[in-house]
Amino acid sequence: MTCTNPVVVVIEDDPAIRLFLRTGLAAHHFKVFEAERGQQGIIEAGVRKPDLIILDLGLPDMEGVEVIKSIRAWSALPIIILSARSAEQHKIDALDAGADDYLTKPFGLGELLARIRVAQRHSACSPAQAENGLFVTGALQVDLLKRQVFVAGNEVHLTPIQYRLLSLLIKNAGKVLTHQYLLKEVWGPSYKDNSHYLRIYMSQLRQKLETDPTRPEYLLTDSGVGYRLKVGSG
Amino acid sequence: MDNDRPDPDQLLARVERNQMRARRGRLKIFFGASAGVGKTYAMLLAAKEKRAEHIDIVVGLVETHGRKDTAALLEGLEVLPPVQIDYRCTSLYEFDLDAALKRKPSIILVDELAHTNAQGCRHPKRWQDIEELLEAGIDVYTALNVQHLESLNDDVSQISGIRVWETVPDTVFEGADEVELVDLPPDELLNRLKDGKVYLPQQAKEAAQHFFRKGNLIALRELALRQTASRVDAQMLDYREDHCIREVWHVNERILVCIGANALAERLVRAGKRFATSLRAAWIVVYVETPELQRLSAQQRDGVLRILRLAEQLGAETVTLNAPQMSEAIIKFSNERNVTKIVMGKPTRRGWKRLVLGSVVDVLISDAHNISLYLLGSPKPGQGDDISKQETALYRKNPLPGLGKRPAQKANSKGYVWAVIVTVASTALAYLMFGRFELANLVMVFLLGVVFTATRFGRGPSIFASFLGVAIFDLLFVPPYYSFTVGDSQYLVTLLAMLTVAMLISSLMANVRSQAKVAGHRERRATVLYAMSKELTASQSEDEIVRTAVHHVHAEFGSRNVILFPDANGRVVYPVSPAIAESLHTADLSVAQWVMDHNEIAGQGTHTLPGAEAIYLPLSDKATMLGVLVLLPVNLRRVFLPEQQKLLETFLGQIAQAIIRVRLTEQARKTQVAMEAERLRNSLLSSISHDLRTPLATIVGSASTLVEEDNALKPEDKRELNRAIYEEAQRMSSLVNNILEMARLDAGAVELNKQWYPLDEIIGIVLTRLQKRLADRQVSVKLPPGIAMVFVDAVMIEQVLVNLLENALRYTPDGSPLDIMATSAAGTVDIAVADQGFGLPPGDENKVFEKFYRVRKEAAQSGVGLGLAICKAIIEAHGGSIRASNRPSGGALFLFSIPQPDTPPTLVREDQGRLIDQNTIGQP
Repeated sequence: MTCTNPVVVVIEDDPAIRLFLRTGLAAHHFKVFEAERGQQGIIEAGVRKPDLIILDLGLPDMEGVEVIKSIRAWSALPIIILSARSAEQHKIDALDAGADDYLTKPFGLGELLARIRVAQRHSACSPAQAENGLFVTGALQVDLLKRQVFVAGNEVHLTPIQYRLLSLLIKNAGKVLTHQYLLKEVWGPSYKDNSHYLRIYMSQLRQKLETDPTRPEYLLTDSGVGYRLKVGSG
Repeated sequence: MDNDRPDPDQLLARVERNQMRARRGRLKIFFGASAGVGKTYAMLLAAKEKRAEHIDIVVGLVETHGRKDTAALLEGLEVLPPVQIDYRCTSLYEFDLDAALKRKPSIILVDELAHTNAQGCRHPKRWQDIEELLEAGIDVYTALNVQHLESLNDDVSQISGIRVWETVPDTVFEGADEVELVDLPPDELLNRLKDGKVYLPQQAKEAAQHFFRKGNLIALRELALRQTASRVDAQMLDYREDHCIREVWHVNERILVCIGANALAERLVRAGKRFATSLRAAWIVVYVETPELQRLSAQQRDGVLRILRLAEQLGAETVTLNAPQMSEAIIKFSNERNVTKIVMGKPTRRGWKRLVLGSVVDVLISDAHNISLYLLGSPKPGQGDDISKQETALYRKNPLPGLGKRPAQKANSKGYVWAVIVTVASTALAYLMFGRFELANLVMVFLLGVVFTATRFGRGPSIFASFLGVAIFDLLFVPPYYSFTVGDSQYLVTLLAMLTVAMLISSLMANVRSQAKVAGHRERRATVLYAMSKELTASQSEDEIVRTAVHHVHAEFGSRNVILFPDANGRVVYPVSPAIAESLHTADLSVAQWVMDHNEIAGQGTHTLPGAEAIYLPLSDKATMLGVLVLLPVNLRRVFLPEQQKLLETFLGQIAQAIIRVRLTEQARKTQVAMEAERLRNSLLSSISHDLRTPLATIVGSASTLVEEDNALKPEDKRELNRAIYEEAQRMSSLVNNILEMARLDAGAVELNKQWYPLDEIIGIVLTRLQKRLADRQVSVKLPPGIAMVFVDAVMIEQVLVNLLENALRYTPDGSPLDIMATSAAGTVDIAVADQGFGLPPGDENKVFEKFYRVRKEAAQSGVGLGLAICKAIIEAHGGSIRASNRPSGGALFLFSIPQPDTPPTLVREDQGRLIDQNTIGQP
């Protein structure tokens, strides 16, 4: 990580939320630039060279998804979206358009900081596995070179698809992956409508890797959106 | 009967009449004995006087016929331009009714009450235009000659030898508020005629010369004077009744006019009308259709129908009775309706026929005790006995199209062939018996043949068989054989008796046959009506009723139909609901609108807009107009025969009743829904105001303390206040979520996104979401082995489980354990959330799912009371059910079941590429 303060561009039309983000993030040594509208936000994102963008999906002048597409056209910098509850499809659209993560309003500062940490880790290049191809979280240990999986030191045998699914989650650890994305990457584009395949395999993985599948520690479900692999305590 | 007291019904009728009059325009008729007496002139003079009084008076249409002194009177009066009607290459100028209605003056002048409008006008007759003007509250001045009065039509044609076709119903004349007689002595009139002051169309001049003879004019003048005098008399009577001058209180007379299918019918009706008017009595015209009369030709029956409609026009009530015996039916009906006087034709049977067969008049004379009989002379024999050849004046201009067009019944040639065959067979049998049996037995064989023919083929063939049989019998079996001469005179008696018996049998059997046919018709009508009313009763919506109605009306009347309803503004519009095969697509909205506004029949075969293709019938319940039934008949007879007309009326009544029923039901339902919504809104408001204000109070209080007392507060106090704000805001957030969720579910805006989910994933999401709040609870989860897949909207079901767990957390002591159990069976999955708290108040187990229900209303830490209602709404949207109960071991148990598809999801096993089912998916 850089030693200078990270720069964040907040694109949000509600002044009260901007105030909360500005004060909260400033307290954690972020440098915050604000934009009220999508167009203005895109310009800020180009000018301020930010490390991260926080984008509200409900902007007055343009669709949040359009903002994401516009930014993704020239940059891979992390984007965290803010969205209202019960708008799962909007979140999925935004994630599929290239957003890195999302937060549902109302949210606390703690949640936001955790998401920012995950996003920064990804943009800084892949985490743990970079060193020796070994991924560790809690009691779960995956040797990505030897394709071996251990839970509390005991080796667990996975089918090829189960392993492919797990390795994809590890590659994007901490980040939510949509059903569509996972299906496309693991099974191929023609399986896009068979989301129950994914659910069954996730269930199988949980049964093999989790102590109690109904209280998962690693393989978390984002209801209606997708799955994420939990890393660390954040 | 106490005749001194005014009949309350009559008084009521008069009050109603007066009320009607108050709303209606007043009609003033300038009445004259003939053309040229100066009616138009008098009318214009009266108009001038009114004009001088600054009354808004307009000339709708006045024929000055180029007379200068009359035309001069028009000056200074507003004249409405006539409307031009193009008809068969000629242009006719007619009174512009719509312009008059739009202009709406106080008084309007419309000349020539008896005028017949050109085709294409709304009404065929001008008096109907005037009726509409009066309905609209406009006073009308008009002019009328005595010969145009319907009931005097006969007398005038007898006096002058000229039949007048343009007639005005007497009801119009009687309904006039004022009649002013314009009188001119015949000599003066003749002088005026000589001076060319009387307008006559060129072609009518010759006929007019004949008409304007002094004798004629005197007679006509007398008629006009008498008519006016009788009106004065009637007014006097009315006045006396109004003022209860009892001595002249007349007994309630009711006149029955019996008509037959003969030329006398029309005269009987007119005479009955005059009689009824002079007695100021109600009158009924009755036609008794005996089985014999049912055999009349279609033309003759149409003739009767025309006369009945004429009678209706003249203000009579008309009745058609079906009975085997005319006299019996008349007596029965007269007694039922308290008839005091019967008017009928003189008996037609004369001499021995009358002695043998009797006559209706004779029976009535001997059997109808309290009834006076009035007989009208028959016309000269041979002078048009056939009613079908006559045309009543009223219908000449608009004969019923379709009537009389029925193809003449083909001669029952088949029956006659059979008559021959049967007779030949009888002859063969008789020939075999000849010599071995008495001759009387052979006669029986022939009579048997006649009986057979009569039962199967009716009167004609059986009479034919009778004659044929007698002839053959005479030829073959009566000596001398093979000759028609009769040797012994005793055989003459045999032959005569045989013929008489055969004829009697024919006649009797034919009667039986046609009575059976009548009964069959009647039964069929009853069946049709029953079938429709049954189906209408079962109909739940207006659309369904319309479909049923259209279908049944088509089945019975052979017509294409449509029912038109008005929109919110009362304008009739085309139906929105899809048409069915029997629907009519070419209804004229303007005609329908007229029917809608006037609650009267219009269209083909009626007196309003007869040019329209279809018949437009008002569909109304008492005074409320519901819509218009438009009927495009194939054959008008099927609609306008009296019995069919009554059936159609009953149909209309039934349809209207059904529509009213559905509308009332719908209205009641809407009211209930509205009341329920109102109740909900009220409890929502009170609940929201209480439940949202409580956390808000904390937030506002704490925040204001932080803002205003910043310096005075200790850091730990500040932290405490901040924490309170945070917690209360969290609580409010969850309340608002619940309210929004419920609103979304209530609005029906929620579409289920059902997919296959592993049950453990759903439970996992819920437990993760409630992780913090469940920290001090022991939650045991019991799921079926393997991976149980459920087909649900996972986000919704998560909400259900979260709400159930939050509910348990709220109402059970801290630290007490919770259970989640799921079992899956074929076609259903059961999921239960149970606690070990205090349980539910007994009897309240199902109330907990009601909106805003709370076990302890005063509890501070309670929700809005929506959580469980949301659960119920979601589960019901899934087609499942949710129940609450108390566990035997203590604590509450909430159990919901959701139906599942029979076929679980399939999965390609990655190693073998084989489909496996859900039971084996879970095995690693």
